Amino acid sequence: MAEAQRERLTDIGPPHYEKYLPPVVKKNYGQWKYHELVEPGVMVHVAESGDELYSVRCASPRLLSIQTIRKFADLADKYCDGHLRFTSRHNVEFLTTKKENAAKIKKEAGEMGFPAGGIGHGITSIVHTQGWVHCHSAATDASGVVKAVMDDLFEYFNGEKQVPGKCRIALACCLNMCGAVHCSDIAILGVHTKPPRISHENLNKMCEIPLVSASCPTAAIRPATVDGKASVEVIEEQCMFCANCFTVCPAMPLADPDADGISIWVGGKVSDARSKPMFSKLAVPFIPNNPPRWPETIAAVRKIVEVWADNARPYERVGEWIERVGWPRFFRLTGFEFQKEHVDDFKYAGLSYNRSAQLTHEPWEE
Amino acid sequence: MPKEYKTPKLDDLEKGPWPSFVKEIKQAAKNNEMSNDLLAVLERSYDERIGHWKHGGIVGVMGYGGGVIGRYIDIPDEYPNISHFHTMRINQPAGWFYTSEALRSICDIWEKHGSGLTNMHGSTGDIVLLGTTTDELEPTFQDLAHVGFDLGGSGSDVRTPSCCVGEARCEWACYDTMGVCYETTMRYQDELHRPAFPYKWKFKFAGCPNDCVAAKARADISVVGTWRDAIKVDDAEVATYYDNGMDIFNDVVLNCPARCMKFDHESKKLEINNADCRRCMHCINAMPKALRPGDDKGATILIGAKAPIIEGALLSSVLIPFLKMEDEEEREAWYDIMEEIQDIWCEEGKNRERIGEFIQRVGMANFLEAVGVEPIPEMVAYPRDNPYIFFEQDEEEE
Repeated sequence: MAEAQRERLTDIGPPHYEKYLPPVVKKNYGQWKYHELVEPGVMVHVAESGDELYSVRCASPRLLSIQTIRKFADLADKYCDGHLRFTSRHNVEFLTTKKENAAKIKKEAGEMGFPAGGIGHGITSIVHTQGWVHCHSAATDASGVVKAVMDDLFEYFNGEKQVPGKCRIALACCLNMCGAVHCSDIAILGVHTKPPRISHENLNKMCEIPLVSASCPTAAIRPATVDGKASVEVIEEQCMFCANCFTVCPAMPLADPDADGISIWVGGKVSDARSKPMFSKLAVPFIPNNPPRWPETIAAVRKIVEVWADNARPYERVGEWIERVGWPRFFRLTGFEFQKEHVDDFKYAGLSYNRSAQLTHEPWEE
Repeated sequence: MPKEYKTPKLDDLEKGPWPSFVKEIKQAAKNNEMSNDLLAVLERSYDERIGHWKHGGIVGVMGYGGGVIGRYIDIPDEYPNISHFHTMRINQPAGWFYTSEALRSICDIWEKHGSGLTNMHGSTGDIVLLGTTTDELEPTFQDLAHVGFDLGGSGSDVRTPSCCVGEARCEWACYDTMGVCYETTMRYQDELHRPAFPYKWKFKFAGCPNDCVAAKARADISVVGTWRDAIKVDDAEVATYYDNGMDIFNDVVLNCPARCMKFDHESKKLEINNADCRRCMHCINAMPKALRPGDDKGATILIGAKAPIIEGALLSSVLIPFLKMEDEEEREAWYDIMEEIQDIWCEEGKNRERIGEFIQRVGMANFLEAVGVEPIPEMVAYPRDNPYIFFEQDEEEE
């Protein structure tokens, strides 16, 4: 059989990118001069040579069937000599040297259900994780929450509504943060809120006890003998439900329909533009999971976007705006309740206390 | 014909302007039993508000330890078609450029061997092939290899390096991100496929400080393009921005973190004190036709970013302020440092301790000494503000 005779290939690495580059990119590699937004979802890059490359950026759910990928390939064949790429935020981009093609791509991709947008000041796709589609440690779904939030914020994607600057939203379905959401303007983070339920029957068979003990960031897990079996115990007052023990030990599940939900974080960024990179900070500690549309989560995200859009100066990211006007104003304008959970109590917590008398006095009455 | 399931909750997510992942699963489910069962179990999760996936187990392809994430369902009797539903990570081409032909070749292989569902792409950058059985892993891997694709990283190995679009389509790229990403990926093939580290190790290559791949937040080694000489200014284009109504004083000058700019409304000239410039990118972002990074380009190397698990989230911090990335010798010296760091981390790091956490535990100064890098002021936001100094004792005194 041909299968059996085929040479077994390993360690070949990824294909060299060069063979996938459009000719205009190969020719002008490293020689681009500037770029401009042509219309929402379409930008042009102009090279020193004068060559132009139009990119049409289209929304994607990230979870794609092979049938849809083939449709993307067909569209790329029709207008882009077969060239396309994906972005670091899961959008698909069609690349063409012809301006008239860009408009046609935008129209046809839109008709296929993949509208163009997400360039410049606005809201682009949500970087996200697997959720209930494919993950064992998810505290919420990922794709469903993203779909619900982006349906709601669509006017900020397609250019209908203007905002002061970029607003990056990301979602991770648990604290492992495969989506690395901790430096996003708005982060949607799945959280557990109940300690692990230990299966003493199975723990010693499934897990290594020293590894389980060492996995706990707050040293809440210690070896114990339960009903004559080697197992562990959890000091529940010390547990902050990170689920790292579950990651190393399947006999300690935390997931719970009523206790799992979503927390919302704001004000992070990775770009160095103006201000240094910042972590996202807690805005809403807990919202219960409410599928399929997660209305309370949608409302909280929209609130943050609207308050920022109404109050920030041009270019100001969410975190930069809050740093300027202060957290009391953020909580007053959003209406989010400031709770005990907002005050840090992990390592270096003291650095987050307000060590200054610089305060706005809220609410300000003229 | 696959069994027909009722999915009223998921059906609601077919509505609305944003592309629907439910439509994608249904599309694949038309002629794939795995995707059809996935749809059903997902609806069940929406009803019960809980996931149904179990931990991985050790599954993979011959000779590799990474690249496959084992996944099993906790109710296999009810959804037998997805009792195994393993993920394969496929190393993406740098910059995520494809031809239609390359994409179709992947689709054809995945139609034959798996669920027909993908992620384009996973958070780390891989093409994610979502769901197949243990038996199909090796044949899928070899079919992919014969069209030029290889598996990506998973577990305690070098994870699939990723990069921004860089010089392929961005005037701000200060080095060839795609070239260096590819070179690094090929250099560390063994470390990528065969986990031998305390924990994961991520390389990310961003062409400028805007950092479109979030290297500073996510990568153990964040390579961020920058430049050393003056910002290039096109006076005529500055004037055009002004004439077109841009508020250059408020929106550009006052947003400069170094306060190193002046704008004269009469002459419409922007004056930059480049000695004070911090290369933050704001003015260049605001006026891409008028301002550009200088010609003496390279990268800043930062180390240690990670998400919260275990000891808390970290952002990368400066290790090497400036490296001429186009210079092969400088790159080679950088790889040497990387390998020195990996050696020490493998020797001294704890199980599941990222390099950033390792540095926090042993102290940056001790870490630098061990890898033979001199401490310099660029590495700290400020010098220590406590007097608890471990002055080193003279060894000859006894």
